[in-house]
Amino acid sequence: MTCDEARMLLHALLDNELDAGHAREVEAHIASCPSCTAELAAQREMKRVLADTNLRYTAPASLRARIEASLPRPQAQPSRRSVLRGFAMGSAVSALAASGVVAVVLRQDDQQRILSEVVSAHLRSLQAGHLTDVISTDQHTVKPWFNGKLDVAPPVIDLTAQGFTLVGGRLDYIDARAIGAVVYRRRQHVINLFVSQTSNSQYRAPKTETMQGFNCRRWSNRGLNFWAVSDIGGDELAEFVDKFEATMKANVEG
Amino acid sequence: MPVSDDFQKAQRFREAALPHLDDVYTLARYLLRDASDAEDAVQECYLRALKHFDSYRGPAMKPWLFAILRNVCNAEYARRAHRPSAIEDTPGAAEQTPIWQESEASPETEVMRSRDAGAIRKLVDALAEPFRETFVLREINNLSYREIADTVGAPVGTVMSRLARARAMLRAAWMAEEEHLR
Repeated sequence: MTCDEARMLLHALLDNELDAGHAREVEAHIASCPSCTAELAAQREMKRVLADTNLRYTAPASLRARIEASLPRPQAQPSRRSVLRGFAMGSAVSALAASGVVAVVLRQDDQQRILSEVVSAHLRSLQAGHLTDVISTDQHTVKPWFNGKLDVAPPVIDLTAQGFTLVGGRLDYIDARAIGAVVYRRRQHVINLFVSQTSNSQYRAPKTETMQGFNCRRWSNRGLNFWAVSDIGGDELAEFVDKFEATMKANVEG
Repeated sequence: MPVSDDFQKAQRFREAALPHLDDVYTLARYLLRDASDAEDAVQECYLRALKHFDSYRGPAMKPWLFAILRNVCNAEYARRAHRPSAIEDTPGAAEQTPIWQESEASPETEVMRSRDAGAIRKLVDALAEPFRETFVLREINNLSYREIADTVGAPVGTVMSRLARARAMLRAAWMAEEEHLR
């Protein structure tokens, strides 16, 4: 092997791209050639320094938002048809509730519209493969995942010890905006906790509403709006919200 | 239901392609060396990727997105008619110069000092194409030689020789700067 060949192949050696046979040949040449030995050491040194430096760029949040906005998504103002379609997609929903949905859609105001979007998002999340973008029971994995994807990262709190298992997180779309959803499991039931920023920092006590057979408990605290949605009973959902708020309060004060 | 299909497709696309956004943006920054041009190119890349997502059959999402970005950037190079030419496969003068010259200062006596990221980015930006592209794909985007070859449409051997030259040029520029700083 000539020095010229070795000077090229030693990079493949450094990158672990050589098969065993070629690696041995390169190593044999380098062992017998002081200048190639020096070159390998120098390149290894540069690789080490480069590996210690962050040379990557982070895409600006505005770019992410522009791309998100260009993707097809559910209508910001769901028509009656689209709510019913979302309804048809849910497997656990009885036809009996359908008549109730029509009534709800007809008296749509802002709160109701957002509630119906939250419930639709919950339904979509139950489709296979749609529940989580990041799967982890570790809050220290889920929380950083949101960073840079949203204007405000949702609080991610592990409530496994309190009987609500953290499953992961997801980006979702409510009111034509990307928002964070933190996913929990209670036995076989999924709880989606949607979190969005609000300019109003006033505290609003939790209140449960029911739509399409799902319970949705909504509250506001610390400049964030929360919606917890699940098919678990109203009492259990209230328990979830109480434990979430208690842990969050302890974290803030602790 | 076409509307629902569109949404399902968008959802699959979102899950497959959006996690690579920082990687795609990083490559765009190094290829175009301009933040706002890079943003436009990345957005265009994702639009095209979504359009062709139905025909996507692998191999891996990241090299596929990179190949699309590369096409977008080539169009951008053409638009900047007064700027240096597109990433091309014809060997330029740099590709014909030897990787290494005897006259170089003896490497074993020199230890590279750590530099801040901004200074190293400048050194990388100063590399000529196609060496800069190959270097970034390998060292910053962590593609394998095979994936780089697929992305840029060149044989693996070409990738290997470009990478060797890119690293030799980078190191020479780096050491020259250290010499200057000393």
